[in-house]
Amino acid sequence: MGQSIKLFIVGDVYRDRVVPPSGITARLTGFAAAAMAFLAVFALALSLASGRLAARWGDELARSSTLRISAPAGQMADQTAAAIRVLETTPGVADARALSSDEQRALLEPWFGPELPVESLPIPQLIEILETEEGYDAAGLRLRLQAEVPGAVLDDHTRWRKPLEQAAARLRLLGIVAVLLIGATTAAMITLAAQAALAANAQVISVLRLIGAQDSYIAQAFVRRFTLRALAGALVGTVAGGAAVFLLPSAQEEGGFLTGLGFQGAAWLLPLLIVPLAGMVAFFATRAAARRTLRGLD
Amino acid sequence: MIELENIAYSYGGGELLSDVSLKLSPGSFHFLTGPSGSGKTTFLKLCYGALVPTAGRAELFGKEVREMDRDDHAMARRRIGVVHQDCQFLDHLPVADNVALPLTVAGRDDLEQVSNLKELMHWVGLGNKASALPPELSGGERQRAALARAVIMSPDVVLADEPTGNVDWDMSQRLLRLLIELNRMGKTIMIATHDLNLIRAAKAQKVQARVLRIANRKVQLAGADL
Repeated sequence: MGQSIKLFIVGDVYRDRVVPPSGITARLTGFAAAAMAFLAVFALALSLASGRLAARWGDELARSSTLRISAPAGQMADQTAAAIRVLETTPGVADARALSSDEQRALLEPWFGPELPVESLPIPQLIEILETEEGYDAAGLRLRLQAEVPGAVLDDHTRWRKPLEQAAARLRLLGIVAVLLIGATTAAMITLAAQAALAANAQVISVLRLIGAQDSYIAQAFVRRFTLRALAGALVGTVAGGAAVFLLPSAQEEGGFLTGLGFQGAAWLLPLLIVPLAGMVAFFATRAAARRTLRGLD
Repeated sequence: MIELENIAYSYGGGELLSDVSLKLSPGSFHFLTGPSGSGKTTFLKLCYGALVPTAGRAELFGKEVREMDRDDHAMARRRIGVVHQDCQFLDHLPVADNVALPLTVAGRDDLEQVSNLKELMHWVGLGNKASALPPELSGGERQRAALARAVIMSPDVVLADEPTGNVDWDMSQRLLRLLIELNRMGKTIMIATHDLNLIRAAKAQKVQARVLRIANRKVQLAGADL
């Protein structure tokens, strides 16, 4: 086994030469592997970015809540102070603070434009609640607020967080499915190319069999060639894909998800796995195609 | 070595060979004659396991062909050198590499290959054609290259199908001499030919050969041994 692997990696100058110099099928294999590796890098980046996004949304929304206070202008300050008092004595609430006029203006700016006179408009007062690790009892807090601050509405973000996390998880799944589909497509293309190459070399196979070549010898000559082609193509595609991801604009708040598509830290090493994986796909696809074709060439 | 017992071979609904028995013993020399289309090539293919008889029993080196797997067939081919009339080569490799192919396929040592190869190329008169590509060879040169390839593994048996079919008389004499020389080294030879002059030429060289003739789907002894 070890000897076979060594022979496969190092190669055998005679065995390698029995297959005629590369035809169009072998070149197409390299091109297909490069294109697929390029796409796989992007699919991997999409999957990882989705994972990060899901984690970020989950973290940001899970640890915070909003209390909205709707009251006549004259009672707003009293109700806000009462709500803050309730929150400060609620177990599981780490911090609670009323948003300033500037912060409320900033929240409304995307819809109403800058310099909105929030002080003269009947806008509810928002209170940002930060939770402790353990979190608070939302149902109990609602009951207390109902009694002490009738105009308060608690939003614990559950209805926002779940669909966002679900969307991010599905994007991640989509990325993984895309990587798997790319692998399967690569295998299919290499299988077709290998079958075409074997069929085109029927005379070579006939001569080799006449002089006593075993099918494993003939198959390995083709398998090694196609595997090396796929490896070289995948290396080129991975490097190009990695460079393209690297050159994407860096993550900015305005860009949101799209500009955050990329690898971070040690995740930059993950695309390197695409090259050996492409080689393995090519190896097994060509070996299966060779065995099938050789069985049919009697 | 090679033993056929009451074999028959049918193809496309018609029987090409019927109730044929033959035993090729070590060091024997056989000519197989018969008109074109009589089944000489089919018979040779049955002798080296490329075809499996539809009836009867065929044994190669003690193994029944139906019980042989692909690897067994490959091993048997290494002990049987075959020369076809339309000798096929790997056209992208030089002649010397084509001749050495059986050794490389069998994984033999490189130095051994080189020393055997040079000697063999000279023996068949192709010493100056070692680096030529097969398509650059004449018909006679291709036949001699095919013969060199067939014998480089020092096989026990050499089967030649119309080896002189595409060459002139002088070249056919040269090829015959090479085959006779192999027989004198102890190799079993069978030549399928429709050229009776070739058989006469062998007789003139005092070869102990048996002449078989295919007629009416049977293989018969054509006459007294030469």
